[in-house]
Amino acid sequence: MGVQGIGARALRKEDKRFITGKGRYTDDMVLPRMTYAAFVRSPHAHAKIKGIDASAALAMPGVEAVLTGEQLVGDGIGNLICGWMIHSKDGSPMNMGAWRALEPETVRFVGQAVAVVIADTQGQARDAADAVVVDYEELPAVVDMSAAMAPGAPQLHPEAPGNVIYDWEIGDEAATNAAFDSAAHVTRLDITNNRLVPNPMEPRAALADYDTAEEHYTLYTTSQNPHVARLVLSAFYNVAPEHKLRVIAPDVGGGFGSKIFIYPEEIVALWASKRVGRPVKWVSDRTEAFLTDAHGRDHKTEAELALDANNKITGFRVKTVANLGAYMSLFSSSVPTYLYATLLSGQYDIPNIHCNVKTVYTNTTPVDAYRGAGRPEATFLVERIIETAAREVGMSPAEFRRKNFIQAFPHQTPVIMCYDAGDYNATLDAALKAIDYDGFPARKSEAASRGKLRGLGLSCYIEACGIAPSAAVGSLGAGVGLWESAEVRVNPVGTIEVLTGSHSHGQGHETTFAQLISERFGVDTDAVSIVHGDTDKVQFGMGTYGSRSGAVGMSAIVKALDKVEAKAKKIAAHLMEASEGDIQIEGGELKVAGTDKKLSFTEVALAAYTAHNLPEGMEPGLKEGAFYDPSNFTFPAGTYACEVEVDPDTGKTEIVNFVAADDFGKVINPMIVEGQVHGGLTQGIGQALLENAAYDENGQLVTASYMDYAMPRADDVPSYNLLTTETICPGNPLGMKGCGEAGAIGSPPAVINAITDAIGNNHLSMPATAEKVWLAAQPGLSQAAE
Amino acid sequence: MYETTYHRAGSVADAASMMASAEDGKYLGGGQTLLPTMKQRLAAPTDLIDLAKIVDLHGISEAGGAVVIGAATTHAEVASSAVINSKLPGLATLAGGIGDPAVRHKGTIGGSIANNDPAADYPSALVALGATVKTNKRELAAEDFFTGMFETALEDDEIVTSVSFPVPAKSAYSKYPNPASRYAMAGVFVAKGADDSVKVAVTGAGQDGVFRVGEMESALSSNWSPEAVAGISVSSDNLLSDIHGSAAYRANLVTVMAKRAVAAAG
Ligand SMILES: Cc1cc2nc3c(=O)[nH]c(=O)nc-3n(C[C@H](O)[C@H](O)[C@H](O)COP(=O)(O)OP(=O)(O)OC[C@H]3O[C@@H](n4cnc5c(N)ncnc54)[C@H](O)[C@@H]3O)c2cc1C
Repeated sequence: MGVQGIGARALRKEDKRFITGKGRYTDDMVLPRMTYAAFVRSPHAHAKIKGIDASAALAMPGVEAVLTGEQLVGDGIGNLICGWMIHSKDGSPMNMGAWRALEPETVRFVGQAVAVVIADTQGQARDAADAVVVDYEELPAVVDMSAAMAPGAPQLHPEAPGNVIYDWEIGDEAATNAAFDSAAHVTRLDITNNRLVPNPMEPRAALADYDTAEEHYTLYTTSQNPHVARLVLSAFYNVAPEHKLRVIAPDVGGGFGSKIFIYPEEIVALWASKRVGRPVKWVSDRTEAFLTDAHGRDHKTEAELALDANNKITGFRVKTVANLGAYMSLFSSSVPTYLYATLLSGQYDIPNIHCNVKTVYTNTTPVDAYRGAGRPEATFLVERIIETAAREVGMSPAEFRRKNFIQAFPHQTPVIMCYDAGDYNATLDAALKAIDYDGFPARKSEAASRGKLRGLGLSCYIEACGIAPSAAVGSLGAGVGLWESAEVRVNPVGTIEVLTGSHSHGQGHETTFAQLISERFGVDTDAVSIVHGDTDKVQFGMGTYGSRSGAVGMSAIVKALDKVEAKAKKIAAHLMEASEGDIQIEGGELKVAGTDKKLSFTEVALAAYTAHNLPEGMEPGLKEGAFYDPSNFTFPAGTYACEVEVDPDTGKTEIVNFVAADDFGKVINPMIVEGQVHGGLTQGIGQALLENAAYDENGQLVTASYMDYAMPRADDVPSYNLLTTETICPGNPLGMKGCGEAGAIGSPPAVINAITDAIGNNHLSMPATAEKVWLAAQPGLSQAAE
Repeated sequence: MYETTYHRAGSVADAASMMASAEDGKYLGGGQTLLPTMKQRLAAPTDLIDLAKIVDLHGISEAGGAVVIGAATTHAEVASSAVINSKLPGLATLAGGIGDPAVRHKGTIGGSIANNDPAADYPSALVALGATVKTNKRELAAEDFFTGMFETALEDDEIVTSVSFPVPAKSAYSKYPNPASRYAMAGVFVAKGADDSVKVAVTGAGQDGVFRVGEMESALSSNWSPEAVAGISVSSDNLLSDIHGSAAYRANLVTVMAKRAVAAAG
């Protein structure tokens, strides 16, 4: 492919194998004597287990074992953990109920695993799972978060009275209240952030293999962070000590956060493989994915914005209730707190912010991080209330935003974050120009002549990526550090292997990371291979989520490259009898500045390994490792402008133009970045218009298949108009900010602001289905579509 | 999926005798409804008798003022047929709007009407066009064939062999798709017969499957124009109501789609 450095639109190296069907996913792995697992799942949202009769199942052909929660607990397998401690405002720790990988006593959501059948074939396992008789005593269920907190509501966990997990706050309440007392205008808005199902293309899967002789486990699994999986499996679930457990996350077909977590099925597969003495494979079907992959979002918020007489924002007061489902998933506690409320300042200079967050248990699937994780919730709230305030005070929404923008950096917000760099006017200007903001009135009247309601909505989002620094997140309750590691191995022939703790499951690391090496040493990207996803190969890593692989993962590679470069230069200087400071790397060669003396990168690599002639005292080899712990989050930001046409007869919304102007800092591969933005925007538009995980009052997921859960498709979205501006991130060596989630974070409010503008009614909740929009567009029905 | 035994029938008679000797057999058309149902373990036939390779069940022909479509003809074949595009343009639109390309290249007209999903598109066309369903045993008028939600007059071992559509003077179909499944939330087929009789049939909206709207039919008989139906709304009493649309919303869609269908028919 040649030398393709930073900024090149290099085609993705991994695509050949994906496009030709040669990807190797967990379900492609086959081991001798492999068995299959099928889970027996609760059909009830809340019930006591009075007994499990497995006798019929055990007698069926091919069945090796039927295992239950009682055996699991008896074998000492630990309860599932939540890795981020949150304290309530009264200082008490969060109220966490016990979650067991197989539940022996009380099921709390439809789909919860109560037993597993291990059999020779998948069909036999499923047939036998159907034959396991579980005697349930149904209990009343609660799915609505307000209802869950009401007196007399069914109680899920004895540890959480009133189903409240914590009652947390951030910001200065008294100062914020004072701002409201002296406000010239107060805008109020109630917001629902709908519940979503992540739906990666590849469902979750696990293949566990216990080696009786070595007492060693291997787990192939669909993970975004195999080292974190190994850590949690060994430290908390007591499956095996870390050196006796290898976790391999091979090709993984999308995650969107849902594959960060270590779920019951992976734990059970490992445990069962030791129990039966054979490898155990489990592959989720789509129904299981709907019922058991951690869901996303699900907030209800009441918010108020205070303005002074000059329309400057003086205060923001927020009360949020977040539904965490039946159990606390691995990072669930951090999402509606530190990943959400710390971004309530948006792009604006808001002197006073106070936010109260209560999280509750309900008889629904657990909720955790999903593409954006907290930042979409913050952005939707901020950008909806900003738009509403501008309309109320009669200012252009663009000018109202501009007036309140943060202008100088670094900027300390009242909610922990310190924004390092940005230029919010630049992205706003770029978006307004691209969408022809000034020409909108003419387009609106032209649309009206065709019977269509046209609207324009803006969203000026900010988000935080590359979650960091470890010491800071530790002080806020995180159970892990959030650095990244890398190792650069230059082979004797000069080819380069980069081992990274980041994990690619759609992001294209094999290409972008290779571009970084290509830029640095002038070598062909084909001479570079990126190794990831195997705890036996890569020493350690925190994995990929929160758009951290560029800003954190690549920074670790840069640090390792610095060390490799320094050593290579020393060797070259020694061989060419020059001074180290005169060596320059250019086009794959190490040159002595101002002379024609040079050595190819390959010659230097070979010299490092032959070790015939190295500088005095230097160790042979050319291989270096590094850990990188950033000093701050990064702050990608931008303006999204969405223009819609609503058909008032049906309520159908068509997005006729969508401009995304993003500042991602330094961009390595614009094509890959555009792909990330396309995907993110489409997921955000899906949330705004189509997607909703709906439960009935008994806790049955009504939208448990694609017949009822509306995923966005190509014809639901426009051809996007993407622009980038650049302010360099000062916090990392490459100046990168991250681009993986921005699209999903910034787009929902742009869409809803556009529709509410079109129909002249601000009361509209997500998803803005055609029926809701149709109702909201009827004159005199202003509240109907909430 | 539960285990099942697959049979490929070479002729209609062959299929019928395979069915007679099966314990709990099912005919397989394009498999676009039956196979997903089996994969979800909601159906467990002991034997699947595949009709797709029976030559007599394929093809589109025109004779004596009618277009005859073999039961195993796929939606894609109907959508792209020159005969259908010229004689029954509404039917071509309808077939071209079913599901996605993969579904259209496998799913068949016989399978669709035998299944009679209340949100399926074809039933509206058969009723509005006054089609006749031919089976290996008899002929049935469309309105006698569809008997309720997922219910038809077919006996368990009966095979749909073809559907015969009298060529109308005008016809058109307008559908508001369900955003998730893309089946019809409300689909309205309007047809003006060669004898000037008007029929308006609605799918997707009714609790009992396809139904006709008499008031729209008489309005259109005297004034074939979108305005004629614009003010006519169906009662929401017997309409479906679900997370995608209330009965009242579906009633609105029926009027809007009827208007658009008449406009499209010209
Ligand atoms: C993703 C998706 C989207 C879809 N969207 C739409 C849509 O928008 N609109 C729509 O109308 N439909 C839609 N469908 C359904 C599709 O049109 C199916 O093709 C149709 O419903 C069934 O036809 P089939 O040939 O696949 O029949 P099968 O699935 O093979 O069979 C269905 C039933 O009919 C019986 N059967 C089949 N052929 C015969 C015959 N000749 N005689 C007697 N009985 C027979 C079978 O025994 C079975 O009970 C969709 C399906 C999918 C999977």
